[in-house]
Amino acid sequence: MNIITTGVAGTMESSDIIVTVEPKAGEGIDLTLESDVMQQFGKQIEKVIRDTLAELGVNSACVSAVDKGALDCTVAARTMAAAYRAAESTDYVFNEVKKK
Amino acid sequence: MDITKIPHINEVSAFHGEYKPEDCEKKSTVRFDERQKASRKVLPSIEEAIKRSGLKDGMTISFHHHFRNGDYVVNMVVDQIAKMGIKNLTLAASSLTDCHWPLIDHIKNGVINHIETSGLRGKLAEEISRGLMDFPIIFRSHGGRAAAIETEELHIDVAFLGAPSCDPYGNANGYNRDDENSSCCGSLGYAKLDAQHADKCIVITDHLVNFPNAPFGIPESRVDWVVVVDNIGDPKGIMSGATRYTKNPKELLIAKTAADVIEASGYFEDNFSMQMGSGGASLATARFLRDKMIEKDIKCRFALGGITGQIVQMHEEGLVKRILDVQSFDLIAANSLKNNRFHQQIDASYYASYVNRGAAVNQLDFVILSALEIDVDFNVNVMTGSDGVIRGAVGGHPDTAAGASLTVVTAPLLRGRIPTVCERVNTICTPGNTIDVLVTDQGVAVNPNRPELKEKLIAAGLPVTTIEKLKERAEKVVGKPEPIQYKDRIVGVLMYRNNTVIDVIRQIKED
Amino acid sequence: MSGRLRRSMLFVPGNNPGMIRDAHIYGSDSIMFDLEDSVAITEKDTARFLVYKALTTLNYGKKELVVRINDLSSGIGIMDLEAIVRARPDVIRLPKTETAQDVIDCEREIERIEREAGIPVGSTGMMAAIESAIGVLNAKEIAFSSKRLIGIALGAEDYVTDLKATRSPEGIELMFARGMIVNAAKAAGIMALDTVYSDVNNEEGFIAEATLIRKMGFDGKSVINPRQIRPLHAVFTPSERDLKKAMAIMDAIAEANARGSGVASLNGKMIDKPIVARAQYLLELYERSKAMPVEEV
Repeated sequence: MNIITTGVAGTMESSDIIVTVEPKAGEGIDLTLESDVMQQFGKQIEKVIRDTLAELGVNSACVSAVDKGALDCTVAARTMAAAYRAAESTDYVFNEVKKK
Repeated sequence: MDITKIPHINEVSAFHGEYKPEDCEKKSTVRFDERQKASRKVLPSIEEAIKRSGLKDGMTISFHHHFRNGDYVVNMVVDQIAKMGIKNLTLAASSLTDCHWPLIDHIKNGVINHIETSGLRGKLAEEISRGLMDFPIIFRSHGGRAAAIETEELHIDVAFLGAPSCDPYGNANGYNRDDENSSCCGSLGYAKLDAQHADKCIVITDHLVNFPNAPFGIPESRVDWVVVVDNIGDPKGIMSGATRYTKNPKELLIAKTAADVIEASGYFEDNFSMQMGSGGASLATARFLRDKMIEKDIKCRFALGGITGQIVQMHEEGLVKRILDVQSFDLIAANSLKNNRFHQQIDASYYASYVNRGAAVNQLDFVILSALEIDVDFNVNVMTGSDGVIRGAVGGHPDTAAGASLTVVTAPLLRGRIPTVCERVNTICTPGNTIDVLVTDQGVAVNPNRPELKEKLIAAGLPVTTIEKLKERAEKVVGKPEPIQYKDRIVGVLMYRNNTVIDVIRQIKED
Repeated sequence: MSGRLRRSMLFVPGNNPGMIRDAHIYGSDSIMFDLEDSVAITEKDTARFLVYKALTTLNYGKKELVVRINDLSSGIGIMDLEAIVRARPDVIRLPKTETAQDVIDCEREIERIEREAGIPVGSTGMMAAIESAIGVLNAKEIAFSSKRLIGIALGAEDYVTDLKATRSPEGIELMFARGMIVNAAKAAGIMALDTVYSDVNNEEGFIAEATLIRKMGFDGKSVINPRQIRPLHAVFTPSERDLKKAMAIMDAIAEANARGSGVASLNGKMIDKPIVARAQYLLELYERSKAMPVEEV
């Protein structure tokens, strides 16, 4: 997925996260993260953002995130939404099927 | 006659020789109203009061926290002391809060080199967590501080006590009966004890009223000087108009469960006694208990501690017979202290000390407390935040937990992404063996040392689980948090209510 | 009573992570994550990702999970289905249902996605919300339109607008719609679920409405605030008097069975089948509503 514009998703409410995905020259993901729970969950949040982008095939992007205590599923959902918006794409792919 | 001839006269105590009229103070013949205007206790400035008090380097000064975040007194007095070049003081306040951040400079310039308090918040707390002071902060509970003062282990050289009203002889009060009532704070419970034990006591007021300012919180017999200033505090910070009922569904859920726990506990019988906090869940619990009291036709003999409008409403409805008020949390409570005969002002020792002849906390059936963190051994932290920074107050938490027959802690299972129930709290303020029940939005846990209580709650159909399961449940949702990193340096010491060290707070590690 | 209790269905706005996280703690029988009216048109994508990720990741225990999608005519509804069917909620709630064909069209898409995703066909339940005059008239056909339907629900706000009536505290304007819906649902052997009561501060009014719809035969009601769940369940909890009577009926039946007699009577009156069914329903309601168990999630 190619990042061609700025995509933002999420809010500043408690338990949410705002993720901004922007185009970047060259390969790689530049990630800056601010979090209320940096010490306890900073690494985990960063991992979820990177994994989510990798799954979407985003190889090049500037990502900044401001976290207000979001769960992993929220971090992933906001990252997905921001990436699709930044790619100006609505060809959503939902690969994961819940196991019951 | 020769008085030495009186039999046994030398064995009589308090005998000072023969009466001579010239040795006695001359009788005043001025009209009293004129006389009180000329009271020698009233000094023109704080500077003059400090001078007269004989305050010197290395002494201990004290303050109360009844003006909460609206307090001007601490900053005003310490600024003046700094100007006068006095250094190395111990500041022993009943508590400190956000508005006391200017103390940072006075710590840096050496005016204050040691602090004792019940709580610390805001910029000052953050700086101290980062290692501002060499001497660790000594945190004492309200009862522990009272005990330390009573035994003179914590010796107060000069107490600077703000009062919303005072007469020229020093009768001070937490409200103003005569006219304007803007800086009203209600009970002066923590100040009363300082006045009782300090070597010198200075009352600072913005309402000088006619003698006698009765009923009073602090009697003139304990007051050396009175200073009148323009403002002792910001009324908006001193008092909220009325603490309002929460509409937050999670707080209501916790409160309803807490009320059900109390009802099922066996302690909710006619003439019970209770203490409630001022948080949303606590206030809502009071409302649910009120409904249950009406339904079961039972009354509360007394409500203790920090008093809110909710308790006052129940008092005025006849549901709570007596109020013992060490601190009034809102304007309704303060006005009730002024107007209701059975709303009694009590001092910190009467409230919670473990060394006096009887503290009211020991007469509690139940207390409802809060927690920032609680661990699987039921130890409670109300002092350090999830980042390890000091932002809280011990208050009467360990005192009431130890005194009450039933100690209920209410807390949401999660705050944002931080679990409230954890393996080990960052800072132990109240030991787990004094906590009986934890009520969360996702279940109730009973301390294993109260098996009979657990049976009662299960029988009543309450959602009882174990504290380990609550911890697991929280971690399933948020993941396992990585521990906070600290440096070795100790920045704070937590004294339990008997003034033994229960835990320490270390300097935070920042990247 | 077969299957679930559905006394309360808690609405949870689909773009609110905090409420999504906590939705299960309030004791509602069902949770309904909303992608429709509570989500701004500009946030349909973010809410869809959020509910999808939440449902695939979080554990809500035994709670019944429902997702309200946007209607299929909007073009958004089909995108919702692509995500949500894979997240496997118990039930997908179709809004603004006007005809049986609406249900059939939606079911076809659900079935296609189930096949594509390797989900057992038919495992996704449906419910249809009826929110218009024509929908109410078609209630019977809607109720019988699919085996997946677990119930039909009334959506009052749009319906009242369609009628050009106004909402009243006593709900006189809803009498016909409620009657139609409850009757159609019961004829089809599915549940009838009532609309929300939006004045969350009026507990008295809420209880009056809940009492009314219970008397009419509704199985439950949607709630927009967790505070409404407890009083709603109280309305659905049998009174002591009714409970005693139900127990006496069941005792009489047991006694008749022990005698080997097919005919039971109580206080000289014969107990027939419907009376037994009602007593059973009441006792089961009571059993399931008396305690507040801690769910292992």
